[in-house]
Amino acid sequence: MTLDQLPIGMPARIASVDWSALVAEEAQRLRALGLDEGARVTLAYRGVFMGRDPLAVEIGRMTVAIRRVHALAMTVEPIAQAAA
Amino acid sequence: MSKMPTVAALVGNPNAGKSALFNALTGARQKIANYPGVTVERKAGRLLLPSGEPVELVDLPGSYGLETTSPDEEVTRKVIMGEQEGQARPDVIVLVLDSSNLEQHLVFAQEVLELGRPTVVALNMVDLAERDGLTLDPAALEAALGVPVIPTVAVRRRGLTELAAAIAEARDKPERAHDAARPHVTLPERRMLAHQMATAAILSETAKHRIHARMDKLLLHPWAGPPILFAFLFIVFQAVFSWATPFADAIDGGVSALGDLAKATIPPSLLRDLLTDGVIAGVGSVLVFLPQIIILFFFILTMEATGYMARAAFLMDRMMAGVGLSGRSFIPLLSSFACAIPGIMATRSITDPKDRLTTILIAPMMTCSARLPVYAVIIAAFIPNTKVGPGIGLQGLVLFCLYVAGIVGAMVVALVLRRSVTKGAASGFIMELPKYQLPTVKDLALGLWQRAWIFLRRAGTMIFTVTVALWILLNFPRAEPGQDQVNASVAGTLANGLSVVLEPIGFNRDMSLAIIPAMAAREVAVSSLATTYAVSASDDEDQAAMALGDQLKSRWTLPMALAFLAWFVFAPQCLSTIAVARRETNGWKWPAFMLAYLFALAYAAAGMTYWTAIAAGLG
Repeated sequence: MTLDQLPIGMPARIASVDWSALVAEEAQRLRALGLDEGARVTLAYRGVFMGRDPLAVEIGRMTVAIRRVHALAMTVEPIAQAAA
Repeated sequence: MSKMPTVAALVGNPNAGKSALFNALTGARQKIANYPGVTVERKAGRLLLPSGEPVELVDLPGSYGLETTSPDEEVTRKVIMGEQEGQARPDVIVLVLDSSNLEQHLVFAQEVLELGRPTVVALNMVDLAERDGLTLDPAALEAALGVPVIPTVAVRRRGLTELAAAIAEARDKPERAHDAARPHVTLPERRMLAHQMATAAILSETAKHRIHARMDKLLLHPWAGPPILFAFLFIVFQAVFSWATPFADAIDGGVSALGDLAKATIPPSLLRDLLTDGVIAGVGSVLVFLPQIIILFFFILTMEATGYMARAAFLMDRMMAGVGLSGRSFIPLLSSFACAIPGIMATRSITDPKDRLTTILIAPMMTCSARLPVYAVIIAAFIPNTKVGPGIGLQGLVLFCLYVAGIVGAMVVALVLRRSVTKGAASGFIMELPKYQLPTVKDLALGLWQRAWIFLRRAGTMIFTVTVALWILLNFPRAEPGQDQVNASVAGTLANGLSVVLEPIGFNRDMSLAIIPAMAAREVAVSSLATTYAVSASDDEDQAAMALGDQLKSRWTLPMALAFLAWFVFAPQCLSTIAVARRETNGWKWPAFMLAYLFALAYAAAGMTYWTAIAAGLG
């Protein structure tokens, strides 16, 4: 599943990113923010208007806003949550 | 050979608190806000080492890496490498890290440390980390990084002396040998190391105290977030009108009393008229709006300082995307509500050049604070002060509609521009949302004082000069007995000529007269009207005693007043904005385009408003 399909609040790991689908500068910006293969992310918020865009992604202690087009290029694997 | 002064540079990710640390270290005054991209220009200040020796401290734009994606980041890289023209290579690098975001910030930090230059780490905003339930071990981090680590809280001035001492010490030590034998470290490796170092440096972590996460739950909520934002903006505009009233009335009373005093003490002469009708009536009529401007800036500065501004950008992104822009454009556009000049300058944080140009072109349509005096005086004179709902006055509602008209106009223009002159690939929106922060009273007060001072200085210099010049143009040549003074004057002749063009959209001579000096500053329109009516009424004691609002009511019809308001929503009535647009777009092409389309739009809007109002029977 891609990052935009991830249920809100479910921790996941970015399995792969199709960098070719993104503009080079934006790809670099995403990488610089840590949105790269192997990163642990949680989808925090979705916009309410058409397309439910943009998305707010939690990575570490940081919250980053991205567009759905960016999320579409990222394949994620949900991480089974340890019993609290 | 004389020894050059030591240069130190502040380097770090966006939102690491560099600007606040810079202010605290140098005492320099600048704007502090915590949305990404605030540090754009080169900022240098003087820092005193414990020995009393001065060091030139440079604040560099926030960056995520030495591989750059924007002009800002390029500046940072060049300065660090010593390639930036006009900037000596820094002797000491001060790496600023956000304590509660270590894992992220340590990635760029490693890249900088690999350069082997004398470096000191400022572990900044440790108080916010503690609030978030994070206890750090600076010693462990120091061991891992191999450079001194100083915990700091810029806004509380904690750790500053220690940091200055560490800078002095780092400078006196020889450069660490660049570890050439070390293989090139890739980004994933750096990230893994950053994770290990951050984990090792965190003594304890409790997740439940993350206040900002709980606040985001509400403020970024898909359904609750946007209504909260709009309700907030609506309250701002209501507050601008209602909270300011007692203060504005007090200033108004003071100005009138001063005018009466001058009239009573100085014998009647042309000079007395200049003082009472020109200076006191003109400048006083603008001064009355100081409370409203302070209230508006109070809200804008608070939004910036708390971190809510970036949330507003997030909430607005989808709408901005609809017209081909991104949420990033929302920040400059909102600043433009205060003044288009800082707004246009804030567009530098927009990475896409087409996006940036479009934002510059529409920024003047955001209702700036200089338009407020014009709106306020017309609304107060023509719109009845009645309630249309609980806590919602008709006057505030009309004001809100004028703001909305500017926004809608800007959005339509952006949509058209993005499909024609600034066509290009749709831009993305990637932006860090900073942590919420309580604004410090001192920073807020300082920001407000700076705004108030700029306004007062304008009132004292430009508005004063323009008002006096207008008074002279209105009084010479002197009218023959029985002739109207305004019609006989130079200014009246000019305005009568302009009226030919402006009459079809409902403007009378006085309105045409007011919009000429308003090119210097919009609020001058108010003082122009005040001076014009003071001059033409000075023979008639009853009329002269009337307040500007009553003067307007007796001379204008409602459709005329509405047309005047519509004109001011769109007209490019400010030369400083045009000048700053020229600077930011490197030429006259785009400012000329901006002037042309905004005047056309203002003319059309005023005409449509006038004739619609006439047809609706409001005249």
